[in-house]
Amino acid sequence: MASSLIADPTSSSHNLYSFSPSDQTASDIRQHSFYPYTDNGGSTLGITGNDFAILAGDTRSTSGYSINSRYAPKVYRIGGEDETGEGAHIVLSLVGYAADGTALQERLNTVVKMYKYQHGKRMTVKACAQRLATILYSKRFFPYYVQAILAGLDEDGRGALYSYDPVGSYEREQCRAAGAAASLIMPFLDNQVNFKNQYMPGSGEGHDLHAKQAEPLPRQEVERLVKDAFTSATERHIEVGDGLQMLIVTAKGVEETFYPLKRD
Amino acid sequence: MNHLPQAWGRPRDDIYGHYDPSHLQTAGPNAHTQQPIVTGTSVLAVKFKDGIVIAADNLASYGSLARFTHVHRLRPFNDRALVGFGGDISDMQYLDRLLNSLDVNENYGSPGHVLNAQNLHTYLSKVMYKRRSDMNPLWNSMLVVGLDGDDKPFLSSVDLLGTTFSSPTLATGFGGHLAQPLLRKLADDESQVKDVTREKAVAAVQECMKVLFYRDARSLDSYSIAVITKEGGVELKEDEQLEGQSWAFADTIRGYGTQVN
Repeated sequence: MASSLIADPTSSSHNLYSFSPSDQTASDIRQHSFYPYTDNGGSTLGITGNDFAILAGDTRSTSGYSINSRYAPKVYRIGGEDETGEGAHIVLSLVGYAADGTALQERLNTVVKMYKYQHGKRMTVKACAQRLATILYSKRFFPYYVQAILAGLDEDGRGALYSYDPVGSYEREQCRAAGAAASLIMPFLDNQVNFKNQYMPGSGEGHDLHAKQAEPLPRQEVERLVKDAFTSATERHIEVGDGLQMLIVTAKGVEETFYPLKRD
Repeated sequence: MNHLPQAWGRPRDDIYGHYDPSHLQTAGPNAHTQQPIVTGTSVLAVKFKDGIVIAADNLASYGSLARFTHVHRLRPFNDRALVGFGGDISDMQYLDRLLNSLDVNENYGSPGHVLNAQNLHTYLSKVMYKRRSDMNPLWNSMLVVGLDGDDKPFLSSVDLLGTTFSSPTLATGFGGHLAQPLLRKLADDESQVKDVTREKAVAAVQECMKVLFYRDARSLDSYSIAVITKEGGVELKEDEQLEGQSWAFADTIRGYGTQVN
């Protein structure tokens, strides 16, 4: 008898309430309109030789059609002693979303430094390359939105270069272009570094023609190719320009050069 | 009143109609900032030979409504660093309190050492990047100005995505389109900064504030301007009026004022 006087909120009719109890929680899921990424433009390029590796990048930072800065480096020294990168033996370029680039660079730099403090020896480029892939993959479902190129000298003192996609797939290569003008620079590199579509003159007719074999190029030649690649990319791509920064790794350490590019 | 405590104090459906339950948020998803509400427009800054000039107007807009006209968006941190805020005003106020507590903590922990503008910029960029990574951004773009560790002029920007960059002249928001090209005439390159005097820098910034007032619909003619030098510290003036406006050009443009034809 008594129980019939006390309304059971789950079963009684809606007339008993001044509001509908089932409505107390928000059921409409509202869509996030915040997009956590942006593209800061620019391009990077790496080429290796017999005893050196070159990493280059333009210094323009953009958002949309605006230029944020004419000097925002995207090539970094990894494993240096201080914030200037002095004493580093590995170089890294990151192009895409600059904030992720900075965060990733700081993270890898810390890892390589800790390795030296803990093991008393420098991290090899091969080990660093694997570590970078692991870091990128650890954010597989909220990726660092960057295309990375890592370069240095391998255990035999030869130029080593590794390229990555944003989630950590990587391979060792002779040369690689990344970023906004990658599609402009990479075919040029295929032809001029790996000699694609180049044949030995007079070596035969049609299918008997012998392809020109790729061989490591001398440093002067590589620097010239890098400059040509970037001046041309600057002409044809609005997000590339202002300055060309090159980090050159040799047995002596990391050298840096800077060339002005068109600022239009 | 009925016997259901959860109904007490609520508007009754039979009198007021059905209440939209999405406003209650008792157990629903946590709502993060989806858009800025009360906003400030551009912030401009220029480096000169031995310091920095920065300016922002005193308006906080609610959409297209000029809602608050005495909001100071240049927030001094200490006598060698200052932050200029664009974007959401409530997020600015949150960050201001955060920076204030940082300052208090720093002054307790390490007497004698003060955070410089570069330190402040690093701190702010980490806060902003963390918040964007949590998908809960602070909706601002800021210019951090002051002196770096070597007492050299420092100017750098941070935004809601944690993106950072620096340049001899910087402008956020609408100023990035209108003022930045004008300011770059002064110094397009770090090497040109040594030829910029304080007078030239201040005049250029004031001129840009005027151009912005002409063309940015969410701007105001009352603004704040600060000069930071090693000798003078932060010299902040918060209630400046735009001078020497000329609306002669408006005559020839349809849409300004009363139309005769």
